[in-house]
Amino acid sequence: MQLTLWTYEGPPHVGAMRIATAMQDVHYVLHAPQGDTYADLLFTMIQRSDKRPPVTYTTFQARDLGGDTAELFKTAAKDAYERFRPAAMLVGSSCTAELIQDDPGGLAQALALPLPVVPLELPSYQRKENWGAAETFYQLVRHLCPAPAQRPDRSAPRPTGQRPRCNLLGATALGFRHRDDVTEVTRLLARLGVDVHVCAPQGATVADLRRLAEADFNVVLYPEIAGIAAAWLKRTHALPHTTVVPIGMGATRDFIAEVAQLAGIDAAPLLAEIGADMGAGGTRAPWYARSVDSTYLTGKRVFVFGDASHAVAAARVAATELGFTVVGLGTYSREFAREIREAAKLYGVEPLISDDYLQVEAAIAEALPELVLGTQMERHIAKRLGVPCAVISAPVHVQDFPARYSPQMGIEGANVLFDTWVHPLMMGLEEHLLGMFKGDIEFHEDAAPSHLGRAGTPMQVQMPSPSPAVSTNPVQAAAAVEAAAVLATAAQRDGTPTASTWAQDAELELKKIPFFVRGKARRNTERYAQERGLATITVETLYDAKAHFSR
Amino acid sequence: MSAVIPIQSDTGCTDAPVLRERGQREVFCGLTGIVWLHRKIQDAFFLVVGSRTCAHLLQSAAGVMIFAEPRFATAIIDERDLAGLADAQDELDRVVQQLLARRPEIKLLFLVGSCPSEVIKLDLSRAAQRLSTRHLPNVRVLSYSGSGIETTFTQGEDACLAALVPEMPVAPAAAPPTLLVAGVLADVVEDQFQRLFAAMGLGPVQFFPPRRAGALPAIGPNTKLLLAQPFLADTARALEARGAQRLVAPFPLGAEGTEAWLQAAATAFGIAPAVFQQAIGPAKARALQATAAHRPRLAGQRIFFFPDSQLELPLARFLSREMGMQLTEVGTPYLHRSHMAAELALLPAGTTLSEGQHVDSQLDRCRALAPDLVVCGLGLANPLEAEGMTTKWAIELVFSPIQGFDQAGDLAELFARPLLRRHKLGIPPAVRAAA
Repeated sequence: MQLTLWTYEGPPHVGAMRIATAMQDVHYVLHAPQGDTYADLLFTMIQRSDKRPPVTYTTFQARDLGGDTAELFKTAAKDAYERFRPAAMLVGSSCTAELIQDDPGGLAQALALPLPVVPLELPSYQRKENWGAAETFYQLVRHLCPAPAQRPDRSAPRPTGQRPRCNLLGATALGFRHRDDVTEVTRLLARLGVDVHVCAPQGATVADLRRLAEADFNVVLYPEIAGIAAAWLKRTHALPHTTVVPIGMGATRDFIAEVAQLAGIDAAPLLAEIGADMGAGGTRAPWYARSVDSTYLTGKRVFVFGDASHAVAAARVAATELGFTVVGLGTYSREFAREIREAAKLYGVEPLISDDYLQVEAAIAEALPELVLGTQMERHIAKRLGVPCAVISAPVHVQDFPARYSPQMGIEGANVLFDTWVHPLMMGLEEHLLGMFKGDIEFHEDAAPSHLGRAGTPMQVQMPSPSPAVSTNPVQAAAAVEAAAVLATAAQRDGTPTASTWAQDAELELKKIPFFVRGKARRNTERYAQERGLATITVETLYDAKAHFSR
Repeated sequence: MSAVIPIQSDTGCTDAPVLRERGQREVFCGLTGIVWLHRKIQDAFFLVVGSRTCAHLLQSAAGVMIFAEPRFATAIIDERDLAGLADAQDELDRVVQQLLARRPEIKLLFLVGSCPSEVIKLDLSRAAQRLSTRHLPNVRVLSYSGSGIETTFTQGEDACLAALVPEMPVAPAAAPPTLLVAGVLADVVEDQFQRLFAAMGLGPVQFFPPRRAGALPAIGPNTKLLLAQPFLADTARALEARGAQRLVAPFPLGAEGTEAWLQAAATAFGIAPAVFQQAIGPAKARALQATAAHRPRLAGQRIFFFPDSQLELPLARFLSREMGMQLTEVGTPYLHRSHMAAELALLPAGTTLSEGQHVDSQLDRCRALAPDLVVCGLGLANPLEAEGMTTKWAIELVFSPIQGFDQAGDLAELFARPLLRRHKLGIPPAVRAAA
């Protein structure tokens, strides 16, 4: 048993629901107890879907267990077929039904329904959501696009005038920015001269899956979901596939080169077009990153966590396109631990493979980042630690299924990433001005924002000791919480509950540091003092620590 | 409102037939009750023994709350636990040890059964006894089932409270009568009721569950039991088995329901009518004023209830009698005839009542009726909106304070808001299907 508060991934049958919901004419009959329909609202609420997911649940109850749950399944499957008339059906068990050992595949076969029925074996006590999605998509592809008797020979040249065609694989329901990534990559491919043959599972029909092998190659958008299916298509249908996920300008350029090579066309014109600053290519992110206001981004410490593909891509963008320093890299997807380990070597950091958010929280507190790139959970962790944060990966909440166009992939994706990641940080000019004016009456730590006028004068709270919970200054409060959290972590690590005390003049000197970086200064100094076993922090210690931590 | 409503000569829906259905149910399981129960009993922790699905459900239902160090978690069963039962009990002990070391302030630990733990017949009551022996007097460990195979949504609260009943101290036989109000109410609502009872000189009054695990009320033959929630079948049975006498009353929703509910207690304690009226007068007047503001938007509108929490019947009674709405079908996951007797008598005759669910058939009926407002779960709400219907998502009615006089206006507003929104956005009313 594993004590769990927060889970990065749902059970594997939720992955299967993501595939069924993404497609147009597939219905999923799920042998499951009352209550498992909660998963419907992930689709109707988080993704704001206007249709119910195409899933029928058998809803067995305790009183059915002594009787015939198998019959219940057969009735549900038959009724679902009659009512929804899908073109193919998925059948399987949720975690509880797995224990009662009815065999949905065999039962469905006995019904002899006049449509393809794909049985799913999703081991709920070993695997999780992304694996469930990958397996379901693979099973659908395997059943609907069976291996030919002989591996096809694809060396024959394309008929003249016919553009190369590819499939876009991996976009699903509840996928982080899948909707807009598909649009962006489709545009990119069109500019390169490549047509999209089938996009699956998102938007695909059963008939679409049947003609997957007619394409020239596959584009794997999300390896977590399309990896197994693409590998199988390569093995049996000799369909090659891409390996680069086009998130970030560098990766997008590599992707274009890879696609051009698979399609046998020339990538140079498109690469030249998108290489121009603010040019017709729509590329703005590289120029923005080079503009002088971005100088302040240099060496900002960033911690990256998410699904492996997004985390690896984000680390590359952070390090090579924004000039950050990657101080942590991790994933919750154990299936892709190798990718993270390899990427971590590039940045000289320890890879973190964990689905325990407390471990992630400890790692973030330890790494002292200035920006966290992560999932919904890291957003909360960062909020608690008072560190800026941007979301780069599922799981995400409703606000990350936005109404506006916001891909992560391709050229517009790179523009979106720049804005999303830089906004939580203080921009250079703003940081400079605040530092310059730190002594001014408007900018001292208890001053209300000037636009609020006199009405905004903060209440003077009389407190015997600084209490973060009631502080009128959120930044200060956050910094105090952060400092406390880091101290607590440090104390836990060393097993020593010691904390150095601040000399009065050092405390006064600390107050001269702008409030928005004071928390970090305090934290670094205390850490410095503690590591050296200094009982008292003096002005000297403060500046020693500053020198020690300065880059 | 009750003053102006004529006493009905008929018996409402008392003998009305109920459509009983089986099939796919679009409802939550009892585990969801943890989300509000843990906030009420402030030193209790809820440990679900279940699968990743259970953890995922709690996470989805709890939304952002999960990050305020909530007092609930899941011990996820893995394949090693499925191999042999003895091992699973050891594993559970280890997880509980780990948990209590992390949260030393916990006084009461609930082991909450789930579908997987029940299907593999993991004996949680035995585990609770064993762990209690080990951790008393610091921590008491109890168990109950919140599984989907046993419980629907709010029935999780029923199962939890029923597990607490044997822990209640015995009231001396000679003790003066006390009033016990059962069912989780928001603290603000509880305090309002406490003040109203005090104003009429009624007491002592105790609420169950209490805010602290150590403050369980005593119970005995002189305990008069007033149910604040309609879904407490097992809890009421357990309390009655210990001598408590249940007072017959409708549930405290709306001005009329709240007055009748308070009246049941006042009558049982022999409070003079004048004293009663004087005590509740100002609050009742406020309730009538607050609900009147929403009546124009709601009156005459046709409403349909999908089953969710067992609050449907009392809500339908409030909306039809006090807000002038027309009831089409009122669905409930479970209908307890004797607890609902007062409500059934007040429902307009001819209302279609349904118990259980076959969601696709019920959706067909709903579409054919084309009601003006549909009360349903979040899995159905947006899809029905997309079909042109106006919906009110039901779970909010369990999480918001809605009981009592001073919440009557808020309660009406919850139903008026979707209709008002539709009006503000200029969306025309749904076209009714040809009969």
